[in-house]
Amino acid sequence: MSESPRKNSALRDFGANLIKSPQRILRSAMRSGSPTTDRTRSEFVFGNVFLHIHPVRTHRWSLRWATTWGLGTASAAAFLIALVTGVLLMFYYKPYPEVAYDSIKDIHFVVPTGRFIRNIHRWSANVMVVAVLLHMVRAFYTGAYRSPREFNWLIGLGLLIVTLGLSFTGYLLPWDQLAYWAITIGANIAQSPREVTDAVGITEVFDPGGLQRQLLLGSDIVGEEALIRFYLLHVMILPLMLVILMAVHFWRIRKDGGLTRPDDVDDRLGPPPPDTYPVFTEAPAKTYHLAAIVRGRTSAVGQGPENTVPSMPHLFYAELGVLMVTVFICVALAIVSDAPLKELANPAVPENPAKAPWYFLGLQEMVSFSAFMGGVGIPTIVVIGLGLIPFLDRERQGTGESFGGPGGKKLVLESAVIGLALVIGLEAFAIRFGWLREWYPEIPQWVITAVNPGTILASLYALYSLWLIRRYNSARAGAMGLFTCFLCGFVVLTIIGSYFRGPNWDFYWSPAEWPLH
Amino acid sequence: MSTTPEPVPSRLDPEPVPRRDFLGIASLCSTAAALLFAGIGMLRLPKAAVLSSPSKRFRVTLPESLAEGEAYIPPGRSIALFRDEEGVFAISLVCTHLGCIVSSIPDGFECACHGSRFDPDGGVMKGPAPTALPWHRVTKSEDEFIVDEEEIVPMGTRVSL
Ligand code: HEM
Ligand code: FES
Repeated sequence: MSESPRKNSALRDFGANLIKSPQRILRSAMRSGSPTTDRTRSEFVFGNVFLHIHPVRTHRWSLRWATTWGLGTASAAAFLIALVTGVLLMFYYKPYPEVAYDSIKDIHFVVPTGRFIRNIHRWSANVMVVAVLLHMVRAFYTGAYRSPREFNWLIGLGLLIVTLGLSFTGYLLPWDQLAYWAITIGANIAQSPREVTDAVGITEVFDPGGLQRQLLLGSDIVGEEALIRFYLLHVMILPLMLVILMAVHFWRIRKDGGLTRPDDVDDRLGPPPPDTYPVFTEAPAKTYHLAAIVRGRTSAVGQGPENTVPSMPHLFYAELGVLMVTVFICVALAIVSDAPLKELANPAVPENPAKAPWYFLGLQEMVSFSAFMGGVGIPTIVVIGLGLIPFLDRERQGTGESFGGPGGKKLVLESAVIGLALVIGLEAFAIRFGWLREWYPEIPQWVITAVNPGTILASLYALYSLWLIRRYNSARAGAMGLFTCFLCGFVVLTIIGSYFRGPNWDFYWSPAEWPLH
Repeated sequence: MSTTPEPVPSRLDPEPVPRRDFLGIASLCSTAAALLFAGIGMLRLPKAAVLSSPSKRFRVTLPESLAEGEAYIPPGRSIALFRDEEGVFAISLVCTHLGCIVSSIPDGFECACHGSRFDPDGGVMKGPAPTALPWHRVTKSEDEFIVDEEEIVPMGTRVSL
């Protein structure tokens, strides 16, 4: 109530309050004034449930482009785009064979903006796979997996697997020829442990392959049960897993003391440039200011607060920038290139060539020698190998520096040359001369399962890496060599699978030479 | 007289509480066991007990004009029937590599997906397919033949005309 007892004052206050209420609603939501001082900039971050996963202050090293290239943020941004466009697609998509195909056709040709939204969804999924892979590469080469971040590296691996699973399950939903034959091949890869159990002769009593296939398809054929399962995985189970893993990933970054940085980071950065917001504008003498705001270990502990800047605006504007660039890339690709839709699935005639999504074409190339090794064995070995890296490389030197500091670049270059030479050599040999089955048609399958270009390549890479450990007396050198080799193998096999394999998975120098049929 | 005060036990000092330990461990273990059983029970749901797939036995009438070595593929099935002077036989068209449908070519079968090649009897000649294309049981019933997709017979088994 107003102090003056004048008539109508309550009514006047009412008017004034009404006018002020939009501003007050905003203020009650923000809980702090505009972020212009240290205090309000901090409150801006921790007073907001969506922003408070960020630190209040960010180290300048973390904000360098060359530290992260924004790739983790770009992965999250691409996921956000896929989430929004995916929910929109769910308005029209119907997960039932044939009906599914028609609904995608409707989305593509009839629904207003349907084609655009579908294109963005498809492209954001691809952008996300690229960003996640590159993000892993950068985390590896800066040694960011080292203690205390081993566990976050493992969470990251989980994120990589879920990301690939999301993309693959989405590939199947249109129920066109590509989708149908990709599920067929995928489900049979899940069944391929039979290649081993058959060789040992225990499939009758112990058949993990058959069980996996049956759980995936819900039937022994690829039909409505399979489609609904892939749909459930794509729109519910895998996104939930991704969100949970992302929450742990981000939380761990904070708890592990922010991003990895070199020990001599202060010398490398030099004094802060004058256009950054200086530290502690309000009371420069009181260094406990920070501790009063955020208790416990922050990214600044032990690093000296001198080299942090307020997250608002420095970190947030950088993140918004990455989000905008990601949106721009997805939208631009969606405008220039339509998401594919082949003919309706035809269980009698496979698409020829029947290609998996691009990030699996390297696996498909290996699968074209042995289903089990290419589809299950080697991927499992790679995932286990990646997971073990932080526990085998316990060195400290070069943490936070690209390629582990001086000499690292040379080592990576050398490994790249060797990795490329081995994979190209083996593939050229197998393409030119064929493999065991062509020479000895009667050869038992287990010999081919054990000896094929995939297993030979993996063994050679492993031997080379052991030799590097000996030569440099450093596990980090071995890890860098191995990772680089596998990266080269992945890239080369993917390129061969994409461009040099045509109908019947025969080798062609270019798709222009494919026979017409 | 000087009395040193009895040391007050700190709340942080560990003090063995056997009974509480026992209860704690018991409740932890029973919770773990309950969750485990619930998990296994829930996993039973996605594993379908009845598989929804079409009947595996079907009747076919071979066209009169079917030449030797030419494949007859009943509509909607992935099986090829052949006729020669010794009789009629059925070979599965599902590639033993990863399940694509092979196509019948003059000197056998070929798979589009990863390039497996099979001879006219279904034996592997090239590519990643681990085993030969299986033969299926064919029986004669008057003018028609009954093919059983579930029953595999040794390579070379024919039903005489
Ligand atoms: C959906 C997938 C992923 C998302 C959204 C994501 C997001 C992020 C973000 C935003 C950061 C902060 C720094 C940066 O932007 O680089 C980060 C850091 C990190 N990520 Fe990921 N990430 C994903 C997958 C992965 C994968 C596949 C790995 C490796 C196997 C990984 C390992 C790490 C590590 C070790 C750090 C700490 C880096 C450091 O301390 O310098 N993440 N992640
Ligand atoms: S499915 Fe026939 S070769 Fe792979």
